[in-house]
Amino acid sequence: MQMGTLAFDVAHLLGASVLVLSFGLLFQRRIFGVLQTFALQATLLAAAAAWQAFVQDAPHLYITALIALLFKAIAIPVALHRIVLRLQIHRTVETVFGMGLTMIIGVALVALAILLVLPITYQSVAITRENLALALSVVLLGLLIMITRRNAVTQVVGFMSLENGLILAAVGVKGMPFVVEMSVAFSVMVAFIIFGVFFFHIRERFDTLDLHYLETFRGERE
Amino acid sequence: MNPLWFILGTPIVAAPILGIVGGRHYRIAARLNVLASLVTLVAGLSLFRYRPAANSYFFIDDFNVYLVALTAFVGFTTSVFSATYIGHEVETGRLDAARLRFYHGMYQAFMLTMLLALVANNLGIMWVAVEGATLATALMVSLYRTREAIEAAWKYFILCGVGIALALFGTILMYLAAQPVMGPGESAMAWTLLLDNVARFDPAILNLAFVFLLAGYGTKVGLAPFHAWLPDAHAEGPTPISAVLSGLLLNVALYAVLRFKILLAANAGAIAPGPLMVTMGLSSLLLAGFMLYRRRDIKRMFAYSSIEHMGIITFAFGMGGPLANFAGLLHMTMHSLTKSAIFFAVGHIAQVKGTQKLADIRGLTVSHPLLGWTFVLGVIAIAGLPPLGIFTSEFLVVTSTMARQPLLAIPLVFGLLVGFGALVLRLQGVAFGEVPDGGHARVRASLLPLWAHLGLVATAGLYIPPHLVQWFQAVARLLG
Repeated sequence: MQMGTLAFDVAHLLGASVLVLSFGLLFQRRIFGVLQTFALQATLLAAAAAWQAFVQDAPHLYITALIALLFKAIAIPVALHRIVLRLQIHRTVETVFGMGLTMIIGVALVALAILLVLPITYQSVAITRENLALALSVVLLGLLIMITRRNAVTQVVGFMSLENGLILAAVGVKGMPFVVEMSVAFSVMVAFIIFGVFFFHIRERFDTLDLHYLETFRGERE
Repeated sequence: MNPLWFILGTPIVAAPILGIVGGRHYRIAARLNVLASLVTLVAGLSLFRYRPAANSYFFIDDFNVYLVALTAFVGFTTSVFSATYIGHEVETGRLDAARLRFYHGMYQAFMLTMLLALVANNLGIMWVAVEGATLATALMVSLYRTREAIEAAWKYFILCGVGIALALFGTILMYLAAQPVMGPGESAMAWTLLLDNVARFDPAILNLAFVFLLAGYGTKVGLAPFHAWLPDAHAEGPTPISAVLSGLLLNVALYAVLRFKILLAANAGAIAPGPLMVTMGLSSLLLAGFMLYRRRDIKRMFAYSSIEHMGIITFAFGMGGPLANFAGLLHMTMHSLTKSAIFFAVGHIAQVKGTQKLADIRGLTVSHPLLGWTFVLGVIAIAGLPPLGIFTSEFLVVTSTMARQPLLAIPLVFGLLVGFGALVLRLQGVAFGEVPDGGHARVRASLLPLWAHLGLVATAGLYIPPHLVQWFQAVARLLG
């Protein structure tokens, strides 16, 4: 299929929506709000991947879209929701900086991503170029979320939103192989670590999922 | 018959079997683990005789064949050490049946990911393998489920998770650079084909890709300022895992960085990766050198020593040129062998003394002469005293730097001396001094893997076979 303007426009719209929801994740104060925003972001990512599968005529990307939809938009938010309820975690999100400062840093990171990517990829086709700038912004905002959150659940959401940015970048590059394998590898890692081990153990040992308590131990045995 | 089938197939078959058998019959499981590692080692060594042709997924060249052999060798000796180590952990009740099954299964899974990352001819496969290694080791670090172990594993997961995420972004950018020249599809991710075409890639994208790849895989190498996960992961996991983390995982991550360095060097318009690597190497060396003085935990101290040595190796490869690359390759090998040997010794020391605290471990050569003196030899080797192998490689790094960039040699030598001082200072207390009460506990130790490693290191300090020298020289030329 020929890549017309419609293909560009829809891809940009979906990519930009994923980015907007990254800001939503930064902005959310309530933990259930964070989970809902993340589910929505993953749904939009699935739509973006499916659109690329259609535009590029690359059926394997439908699998990536399906993984994003089933695993990240449904399974993980539901499971995290249950963990929050069962372990009675604080419903509000503790942040390191104030909301205003976090937002300003977020905007600065998006500007940085655009400045980095747009000039150097002038040779590439536009769909890749702008997609990549959006994806890098999502990655950087994911890092920011991980840095500015103290709670284990929101840190994991930050990590997965960072991963959403990577998948967005990978599906936007024409003919990229192993996209499916990579998204599976990431999902397995998240699933294993989050549900198999950490929440269980952290709860068992600390009676809290606030990593602030972990940090009181400075890494040196006394 | 292609040896790669055995190299990759053995751990694939062994991991689930060990995951089932383990449990109550842990002695059988430990032996099976040794056996599987031995088969992998034999298959790895056979690559020197019979080298399979490259295809789009796997390839063997002069560079990775020696790392495969080294990885399989350290994997084998560690499995031998692990058998005795685990026996003691079961007797003291630190590990139960379920965790042992998990441990042995994961050990083979980890070996699989290491070997897969080395023989992969494809950026994507290599990335998936390194990601798998992160998963396997993060789970192993949390094996004891103490508060410290969980904190270490969480830190490891978060920092290395971000690291491999950045590496993936770099990989995507690398494909983006290759795709306009080589067309879409898997061929645009194969090392061998990339190298033929890299001269025509857009240098600007290559530069951006390399920055992400260096930060990403550099996190796994443990380079400053991305090193924070390394000491915790080494200190809190089971000691055999500390040995393979230091001896193998750091090397494999550095191998990935070096492959990308080769690609960048083949493109005239791209930035020179050297200065970036020299800066990161030097800062790791200096930072770790000073940090060594403040350590109170024996495993943590040698973890910082690993950061120091990875810094030296990265520095050497950053300098580039035949001599510095040669020194880097030699140092990679020597550090792998020596550091894993030290962790074998430290594992037994922590078991006989019942603590990892440096302050409580005293007079080792008096209470346990054989183990104590072997440990002394290991520390002397890692500190870089002649006539052992690490002295040779450090000497080569320093002299090649003196000849080309005398100013850079000043911080390098300073960093080496700082680290040396810390190790000698600590060694005195641990090896000599008064034996505290109850410090004479006996434990079954397997010193054979230790001596094998240290024997090789001592031999390399005095005599390196001409065949090996030629080999390293060929690889050094490849690295540019």
